[in-house]
Formats: sequence, C-alpha cells, structure tokens
Amino acid sequence: MGETQNQEGEKRTVVRTQEVKKIYDMGQIRVHALRGVNLEVHAGEYMSIMGPSGSGKSTLFNMVGGLDKPSEGKVYIDEVDVAQLDAYELAWLRCRKIGYIFQSFNLIPVMTALENVTLPMVFAGLSSDDSRDKGLSLLEKVGLGDRRSHRPNELSGGQQQRVAVARALANDPAVVLADEPTGNLDLRTGTEIIELLREMNSESGVTVISATHDHKMLSVSDRVVWVKDGAVDHVANREDLEIEITQVEGE
Amino acid sequence: MAHQLQVAGGREIVLPLSKAVEISLRSLKIRFGRSLITTSGVVLAIAFLMSVQSNNQIIDSLRAVGSSEIDLQLQQNGVETGSGGGQLTESMQEEKSKQLWLITLSLLVCVVGIANAMLMAVTERFREIGTMKCLGALDSFIVKLFLLESTFQGIAGTTVGILIGLGLTLLLALMDYGQFVFTYFPGVGILKAAVVAFIAGTVLSLIGAMLPAYRAAKMEPVEAMRSDN
Repeated sequence: MGETQNQEGEKRTVVRTQEVKKIYDMGQIRVHALRGVNLEVHAGEYMSIMGPSGSGKSTLFNMVGGLDKPSEGKVYIDEVDVAQLDAYELAWLRCRKIGYIFQSFNLIPVMTALENVTLPMVFAGLSSDDSRDKGLSLLEKVGLGDRRSHRPNELSGGQQQRVAVARALANDPAVVLADEPTGNLDLRTGTEIIELLREMNSESGVTVISATHDHKMLSVSDRVVWVKDGAVDHVANREDLEIEITQVEGE
Repeated sequence: MAHQLQVAGGREIVLPLSKAVEISLRSLKIRFGRSLITTSGVVLAIAFLMSVQSNNQIIDSLRAVGSSEIDLQLQQNGVETGSGGGQLTESMQEEKSKQLWLITLSLLVCVVGIANAMLMAVTERFREIGTMKCLGALDSFIVKLFLLESTFQGIAGTTVGILIGLGLTLLLALMDYGQFVFTYFPGVGILKAAVVAFIAGTVLSLIGAMLPAYRAAKMEPVEAMRSDN
C-alpha cells in the first residue's frame, strides 16, 4: 500500500477515511448513512464532529473508531486498513491504539475506579504491579487519586467521566474517541471534562476526536467537522471558528 | 502498515485466567440476590436427584440384609422384599424408570432455568460487554467470564443441593427405619451418588451457560455506544 505514505514534514495522519460509504439495508429501503466521506485527522489534533442526530455523525464516528466497517471505501487507523483486520487484530487495535470515552461513562460497575483504569492494561498483558502503578498515576492526573477504591456508584457523574478519561489513556493510545462526553453532565462538570480532555491532548499529545453537539466543545477544538446528510458539510479550523461562534451567538 | 500488523501478530494479548475468575466472582457477589434465585433452581434439581439416589441406596442396602424385622418395616413403607436380596421385581423396575424420567425432567428444567437466567444476565450487561470489547477484550475472554460465572453458581448450588437432598432423605429414612439406617449405612453408595450429583450439577450449569456466553461474545462493541437507558 504505497500510496498510504504520509507527507514528510507535514503533520502525521492518525485516522484517514477514503470515500467511506455506509448503507443500511432496511428491507425495501436502503438508508445511506454516509455518502462518501473523506477525512484526515492529524496526530495531536483535537477534532470535533458535529451534526444533528440522523446526520451520520455517529456512523462516521464509529467508523473512525474501528467499531464499524464501511460498506464502501476505506478507513485507516494509524495507516492500518481496518477492514483487513481479523477479530484478534481488531481487539488489539482497540486495546492499544484507541481509547474510548462514552456518553454514559460505561465504567464496569463491579470494579473500583483503579480497577476500571487498569482493565485495558490487563487486556494488553501488563503485569498487575505495572498496571497498578500506571493506573494510580493516571487517577492522580485526573484528580481522583483519593478515590481509587470507590465503585462507580459511589462517584458523581463528573468523577465517573474522569475515571473514564483515565481509562481511555491507559494504554497510551494514538487516538481518544469521545462520544458525547458531556451529554450526561451538567454545564459545569461538562466544562471541566472538556478542559481535562484538552489538557491531556496538549500534555501528552494524544489525538482527540469527539462527536458532540455541545457548543462548549467548539472553543477547545482545533478543527470542527460538520456532518450533514451523510456527508461532510464543512470543516472549520480554529481561526475560522471564532467568527462562526460569534455568528451563532449573534443570531 | 506491515509494521503495524507485525506488532499485532507478534504480541500476544495474554490474559490471566485469574482476572476472569475475579471479575465473574465479583459479578456474582454484587448481584447476589439474583444469583440466589438462579442458583435455587440448581439446588432444587440436585436436591431431588440426590434424595432419589440416596433413598435408593439406603433401601437397596436394607433389602440386602434380609432380616425379617427390616423386611417388615420395608413392606410397611411399600417396598417389596423377599425376592432374594439384589433381584428387582417388575414393579420396582417400573418404579426406577419412572424415577429416571422424573430426574431427567427436573434436570432439563434446571438447564433451561440456567440458560434463561444467564441470557438475562447477558442482556442486562450488554453495555458492560460492549465496553470490555472496546477496551480490547477478546471474545474468548467474554465467554470465559460467563462460563465461569455459571460454573461457580453451579458448584455452589450443587453443593447445597446435595446437602439438602441427603439431609432430607436421611431424616425420612430415620423416621421409617430407625437405627437400621446407620447399622447398614451404604457409605460408598451415598458418596457415589454425591459425586454423580456434583458432576451433573456442574456440567449442566456449564451447558446452560454456553449459548448465552456465545451470544455475549458475539455482541458488537458498538453496543457500548448506545446512550439510551
């Protein structure tokens, strides 16, 4: 796959989609969730995917996260064609290359905060001592060092999402995928999570891709992709964003 | 790309079984009430199996003695005697096959109960399973998780069932035959019956969990993304 070589000197591409189409066969109707999306996400970038529900935003997001396979076109994560991977390699990819953050936190209820954070490291085959040390330092980083032995139901929503952020970073992934990370949080804790994500992004250089319709996300994003009717409607860089936000607020 | 795949192929995702054991035990503990209900099905079926088996053992052993005093008591309880110890009469043969039929039925119901309960557990935890798959869990790990969980339930339920079944049978036999039960106690036979019941209970729990575990493993990681409920 010679053409997948990225341009030297330019930013490295972490995720790339090539004419990605997704068609759902619903009996007589064929639903075109995606109609040929070309997208490149650079290393270290904080990208938001925005769009109303039904726009194909979630489908695109799942594609980029290796959770769904396109009907046509190709998705490359770290220059690996996702469609070519078998179940074992997919698990490997999800384990080490991608960190997931969910709208509803999705911590494992029977495990403590620390165990939740170390779980991906267990899947990656780390020894329990190593994963414990790393888990603790990650929990410290998200400001929950003293909550390590609490169960999810003993933590507030914001705290749970912090644990989820720590868990997403457990195996030093190339990409963190956040699906509506602030959807179940109030304004203030939502802002805190966004700031935390931004902080992790600038500190460790991890790429963050987030699907959202939270406008608070816009101000921290390097790039925002608007999806509409299964296609990329337009892409705005940070510089252009300032103007658009004022426009939105002016309306 | 070649490099990536090399790494992917070369490095094993080693998963200690102990972790799976730990998680499944914890899942059982936290849903203790529900586990109890599931387990009670196993307890009942195994208690029935055990009581029928041990009752047979005790009566066989008493019949084999051939003492007229014991035979009289056996006859009072509706057991045919006098056909020369070991030989089974036609009606007893019939009785045995009826018992076998009942045992088979109760064990079948037990498996269905386990399968149903495990299926519920899987549906209940679809998000948890999806999340684990997102975090890199292999299908085999998910299968292990559910099979272990069911096996633990099975072992616990079977043990309790054996004790209850044996206890009740002994109690009833004591009431009917008094100290003869202990004089001619078929120790080896009872032990055999217990081993059979133990294996049956554990294996059935495993069988009952197979389909649910397979379904859980085949669940797509996208399930974790669902935001409803």
